[in-house]
Amino acid sequence: MEKAKSKRSFVPANYSQLLIPLIAIFLLVIFNLIRDPGFFSIGIAANNNGYPVLQGNLVSILNGASELVILSMGMTLVTAASGGQDISVGALAAIAGSVFVKVLKSGAITGWSVIGGFILCCIVAMIFGAFNGTLVANFRIQPMIATLILFTCGRSVAYWINGGATPTVESPIITAIGSFIPGIPIPTPILIVIVTGIIFALIFRFTNLGLYVQTVGINQGAARLNGINSVWIKLLAFIILGACCSIAGMINVCRLSLINHETILINIEMDAILAVAIGGNSLGGGKFRMVGSVLGAYAIQMLTITLYAMKVPSTDVKAYKAIVIIILVVLGSPVVKEALSRFWNRLSRNRQPVRAGKGAE
Amino acid sequence: MRKRKEPISDTMLLMSITIGIFVVLYALAMIIWGGGFLKPQMLFDMLNDNAFLIIIACSLTIVMITGSIDISVGSVTALVTMVGVMILNGSMLNGIQTALGAPDEFRIVIAAVVAILIGLAFGAVQGYLIAYLEIQPFIITLAGLFFGRGMITIISVDPQKAPQNLMDICQSRIDMPLLGSPNKKGVMIPAHIEIGVIIALVLVVLVFILLRKFRLGRNFYAVGGNMQSALMLGVNVKRTRFLAHLLSGLLAGIAGLVFMMHVGAGNATNATASEMNAIATSIIGGTLLTGGVGNVIGTFFGVLTLTTIKAIVVTSGLRDPWWQSITTGAMLCFFILLQSVVLSRRGRGGLHVPGWLKSSGRRKE
Repeated sequence: MEKAKSKRSFVPANYSQLLIPLIAIFLLVIFNLIRDPGFFSIGIAANNNGYPVLQGNLVSILNGASELVILSMGMTLVTAASGGQDISVGALAAIAGSVFVKVLKSGAITGWSVIGGFILCCIVAMIFGAFNGTLVANFRIQPMIATLILFTCGRSVAYWINGGATPTVESPIITAIGSFIPGIPIPTPILIVIVTGIIFALIFRFTNLGLYVQTVGINQGAARLNGINSVWIKLLAFIILGACCSIAGMINVCRLSLINHETILINIEMDAILAVAIGGNSLGGGKFRMVGSVLGAYAIQMLTITLYAMKVPSTDVKAYKAIVIIILVVLGSPVVKEALSRFWNRLSRNRQPVRAGKGAE
Repeated sequence: MRKRKEPISDTMLLMSITIGIFVVLYALAMIIWGGGFLKPQMLFDMLNDNAFLIIIACSLTIVMITGSIDISVGSVTALVTMVGVMILNGSMLNGIQTALGAPDEFRIVIAAVVAILIGLAFGAVQGYLIAYLEIQPFIITLAGLFFGRGMITIISVDPQKAPQNLMDICQSRIDMPLLGSPNKKGVMIPAHIEIGVIIALVLVVLVFILLRKFRLGRNFYAVGGNMQSALMLGVNVKRTRFLAHLLSGLLAGIAGLVFMMHVGAGNATNATASEMNAIATSIIGGTLLTGGVGNVIGTFFGVLTLTTIKAIVVTSGLRDPWWQSITTGAMLCFFILLQSVVLSRRGRGGLHVPGWLKSSGRRKE
């Protein structure tokens, strides 16, 4: 009986939600290997400053996805806690980046001014996150609507902070954050992602945040009866997302050495929500798995890089991306899943007509 | 005569607040800034520029009443505009016209048919995936948005322009009797609107009648209000949701046609972010994203309110480019808070979980 039951499902239920991102990454890897066997080779070459650094498509995928991964981590928390999505992350990152650049431009760029700028932009982004969070938690507005406000005016606020210009910042420190620290061959954004991931892992390991967020997301009333301050948990999720936005904004500013309020991290809110959904998390809140979102984000970036490698113009990428997204979500949709598992059951029953013990049931 | 003793419904309350605010704003603008606001043409220009926005806001209203969402409308509008312009200047589907031996004006008819077909195709695919395969609407329509925007540049990287003789027909002005304002020489210039505005207004009325009087329209409210109860009452929930998306796609296609008739040029950045503007105007007009509450008349006034605010910002001298967006955001914030407060005072301030999120099929407790 036990054996028959375990045979019915493809994978252990615990990991089933990681199936979609893993299948997506697997398919993309296979596709790329067939197309070009050397696609994932990693080489070491000297960069402009003469240091040996890692190069290759794999590195550029991991490097390019950094902002998206960090944002999707925060987005997972918000989605789980509030049952809605924050569509203002791109705008918020633009504001944070503007504040960062504003601080750097106010004097000579030193290590301290970078740290001060980062702390200040982090605080500003967290305040805006708290604004979104207050609307959602206290006023009980749907997250998408509440964050529509900042989505509408965020980039204009960034423009206003910059005083109607797109300033550039040039400094060895900025280059070190945006591309490589001298002597370390791994791009710095990847290191920042690893550090952020470790911080999140430690938070989930040593605090109850993950559990509380899930509880609030699944049933707010029950959470309140169990003594969890659901308003505060939701607010906290948005504040954490604000901090994630400031990190992403800072990475992007350092990478490009300039801030353009119109183009910085444009459309990234859509990609971040997509990463959460591809990661198998319910967009209705509740249970979540941050690893899924991170894998989803890397899958999206891998898709983009694959399309670029196939000489697809950057403006056309969206259309192909859409087709892949549709295929993925259709495969992952409850109806199709059910049909597939019924099909699977029939197959396995046909193969072993005797052992499927109907009498035992 | 039947006397209505029941209290005013949420839909009517939110709608009347919006209409009231629009009237007050416009009256204030007339008194304080005068000038342009005193001319009737100002109001009609708002309509001329935003006819397409009115139509896609209507489609958003229908979808939001059903408890779903459609963020692909802006890109469908832009795609239809691009295709339409290319048909008009003869670089696409020229064969049909030559085969029929029809005059150049016939291209407008082809463009209109193609616009409606594109809209229906988007609506049907998205509706099928959302209603019958139960995939989250946000993801599907997001894919639709990406697809539409990507297709524009696949079709043509360069901006396209429609020939002037055909645009003259599309942009032909309809003078309004008895309304107008004297120009500097004292000659009366009659106020005018474009054909697109008429199409938009007709569609608003049609959608209003559909939502009010027809069974399908009432089903939209029922499904949006509570999908489970609607199912118990025998409403075909899946078909209703499918039809809502189909209708939304159709309206988006028509909006593209109207947009093309107004601007006469195809461009990859046409109608950028108009889906978010449409959502914003629907909300200002009193539609709730939770579903079950909303009205197209409110949406219509939502568009007018948004445009009035923008016009006031420009007139009052805040000419820096960021002020328009910031005031729009502030106004949106005001309306959203107002709705929240009004509804919670009326005892409906419970948890607003959008219906389309519940239908993800993962949570069946």
